[in-house]
Amino acid sequence: MAIFNLTINDQRYKIEAEEDMPLLWAIRDLVGLKGTKYGCGIAQCGACTVHLDGQPVRSCSLPLGVIKKKQKITTIEGIGSPQLLHAVQEAWVEEQVPQCGYCQSGQIMSAVALLAQHPEPSDDQIDTYMNGNLCRCGTYDRIRKAIHRASGSAKPKTMGTH
Amino acid sequence: MSISSLSTERRRFLKQSLLGTAGLMIGVRAHAGGHALVKLFENNISTELNPFVLIDAKGVITLVNSRPDMGQGSIQAVTSLIAEELEVRMDQIQIVHSDGQAKYGSQGSGGSSTVRGLWFDLRKAGAAAKEMLVRTAAGRWNTSPESCQARDGGVFLTGTDKKFSYGELAVDAAKLDVPKNPKLKDPKDFKILGKYHKRSDIPSKVNGTAVFGIDVVVPGMLYATVIHAPSVQGKLVSYDATQAMAVAGVKQVIKTEHSYPGGKSEAIAVIAENYWAALKASKLVTAQWDDGDLVQTLNTGQYFKDAYAAAAKPGVRAEEDGDFDAFFAASEKKLESIYETPFLAHAAIEPVNATAHVKEDGSVEVWAPIQGPDGALGETADYLGIATDKIKIHPQLLGGSFGRKAFMDFMKEAIDLSRQVKAPVKLIWSREEDMMQGPFRPAMLSRMRGVIGNNRLSALSHQAIGESIQGQHWNGLADYQADDWLAGELSKENHKYGFPVHHLSYSRVKTPIPILWWRSVYASNFAWGQECFIDEMAHKAGLDPLAARKQLLRNSKRDLAILEKLEEIIKSSPALPTGHARGIAMFRSFESMSAAMVEIARKDKGARIVKVTSIIDCGQYVNPDNVKAQTEGNIAMGLSSAIKGGITFSEGKCDQTNYHQFQVMRMSEMPEVEVHIMDNLENPGGVGEPGLPPIAPALGNAIFNLTQKRIYKLPVDLDNLV
Repeated sequence: MAIFNLTINDQRYKIEAEEDMPLLWAIRDLVGLKGTKYGCGIAQCGACTVHLDGQPVRSCSLPLGVIKKKQKITTIEGIGSPQLLHAVQEAWVEEQVPQCGYCQSGQIMSAVALLAQHPEPSDDQIDTYMNGNLCRCGTYDRIRKAIHRASGSAKPKTMGTH
Repeated sequence: MSISSLSTERRRFLKQSLLGTAGLMIGVRAHAGGHALVKLFENNISTELNPFVLIDAKGVITLVNSRPDMGQGSIQAVTSLIAEELEVRMDQIQIVHSDGQAKYGSQGSGGSSTVRGLWFDLRKAGAAAKEMLVRTAAGRWNTSPESCQARDGGVFLTGTDKKFSYGELAVDAAKLDVPKNPKLKDPKDFKILGKYHKRSDIPSKVNGTAVFGIDVVVPGMLYATVIHAPSVQGKLVSYDATQAMAVAGVKQVIKTEHSYPGGKSEAIAVIAENYWAALKASKLVTAQWDDGDLVQTLNTGQYFKDAYAAAAKPGVRAEEDGDFDAFFAASEKKLESIYETPFLAHAAIEPVNATAHVKEDGSVEVWAPIQGPDGALGETADYLGIATDKIKIHPQLLGGSFGRKAFMDFMKEAIDLSRQVKAPVKLIWSREEDMMQGPFRPAMLSRMRGVIGNNRLSALSHQAIGESIQGQHWNGLADYQADDWLAGELSKENHKYGFPVHHLSYSRVKTPIPILWWRSVYASNFAWGQECFIDEMAHKAGLDPLAARKQLLRNSKRDLAILEKLEEIIKSSPALPTGHARGIAMFRSFESMSAAMVEIARKDKGARIVKVTSIIDCGQYVNPDNVKAQTEGNIAMGLSSAIKGGITFSEGKCDQTNYHQFQVMRMSEMPEVEVHIMDNLENPGGVGEPGLPPIAPALGNAIFNLTQKRIYKLPVDLDNLV
């Protein structure tokens, strides 16, 4: 067991865990933030996507031991608030994207990172960037529309952990 | 549920009802800033006007969603039906899930049954409650109910500014008799039904606050994962948990019982303080399984061999008009083809999971993403041999299901584990267990035969071949019987194609490969054979496939209207570019007809899917946007089932372990989609599934139109069509 000081959504958490525990399970079971989901455990589905210093990572395959002390973790709970949704979350509501909703935390975290990198992404850029996030309900068409919608109003500087 | 049963239960309505017992019952509450999930605590006491309508003294109106939501939108659909007639706005209500008790009627989400099954009964529940509230107000004003008007959660005295809120009326209203035949609104007066409304559960699904089964937290709970026999039915000989027990946080490694379709086997469970510890330790358990002859029989190669052998023999007759065999033998212009569909995993992104607490006093609580709390209640009672009043079921949001979570093997495991460790246990199957254990959409063959007459299609025979869900699960199918689910979907009463000579038969192929209903059930298999073959016959007859269908459906007005709509769409579309082709198909399932048109384009040695246009005739509906969303989802899942690899078994175990081997559609593969809804005032049909069956055959027909090559077997490798 080791002690880890994690910065998640600008809050500090001190947790005791094995070094090989993936960040996903620390976030879910030790910190108690349940918005980040388990889907495959091998970085194939993207349901566990969070940001590490603003970059999207698959938290199911990122052991706690490799996270550096000053790195900032952002989860779906950290990009907006129930009172004030992030522009990407708002676009998701406007397009009524989610069906079951299970993959959408990961989809949104990928989309926020995409828009930070490409404020007005082309369809090809969306395809490339979002291809790692599975949606079994098949909401891809609405995700695409929501990303385009968000790109009109999203201000990259306020996104993620920057 | 019916209104008469509401009436007989009236005495029960009079007492105050207690909603929620553990502080974990989840509802959706509207508030000024939007919508959020809420916890309903023990002190939430409301007056129950009927099982679906609860109103407290502060005027909080709670409606009960009796159909678990797996993404199909039942949270909105069920409550819209009640709210429309109750005369409350959707932003005035909070929603709780029913817990399986009989007073809520049938509570299973499945068979695309929610709206078509509850359309009248739930509206009557809302209308009955409204009438009771109006009569109470009228009584207080000493006037007639006709002088009062209900709207927006209150009763108004017409022509005055006098008003009682529903909260002020509820207690007295509950003392009245429940009207047997409350008057329902004319559809032209609908404010909610048939109109676009945003779903109230969506904000919680974009900010991480929605609570799915896997997210449930019960104080003191332990985490568990299970290792099943890779051969599903194999017997556990021995296991060694020494290394597993050395993992920090692991509490116990114990045996449990797994229910597979038609039987039970032993499994091994790892119990730990957190899920990661359980998962990590489970990989360190070594187990010996006695697989018997499953190494040979649990094998898709063997299954297809048996299926093709069955195709060479007549099946059990399910339906016959005229003597097809004699006609076929005597005819010159005829056609015979065999179509094949693979086994498929449901592969919902949320793996199956359940949290259970078998308490010392013998009572049980279950929190799980299940498709029906009534089924969960009954199965828990049967499993433990206890009365249902000792059991509390808390249905949770499902992170996808597609049929899988209506088979509750995982729930019984969680109950067994809690019983053994004497603590609440949250069981989550690893993705690998979820994928390799199934149960799976069965692989099927369609042996199609047809006779072409003078410029028309004259006779059709469909021999459906494969394992029966009913047969495997309940051992309920004699050798001389055709599976009636399948026979219903392929019946001429269902497809309505007016073949003067028509024959339908079924050949069962038994297999230990576990099978289960999967989105649209057998329709997902047999639409492939039926609809590709109609095209094949049309081409052989020299007819345009759409025109051939119009001729066959000449006596079915609603279906003709869909084909005319399709023609109109084609006419108004730009001409197909060179190297592009279209295919169409249509199939009725769960009382809705859906047609699809797939456009593909040449790409290197294969093709890419450019666009899918779907039309659905589901009669009246709740929310057009949700009908579209479900149909879009069916396009994606239908394409996935056609172009992605299926599930295979070799040497007694499933070959696919995770999403890298069982591929499903990704963003870059999603074509442009367009969905049209046929607007009419017919009774509602299903929405969650009917969009799926026509997708694969429309693609197959497009491939033929592009390449002149007929695809018989799914999945098709779209990159290599040659």
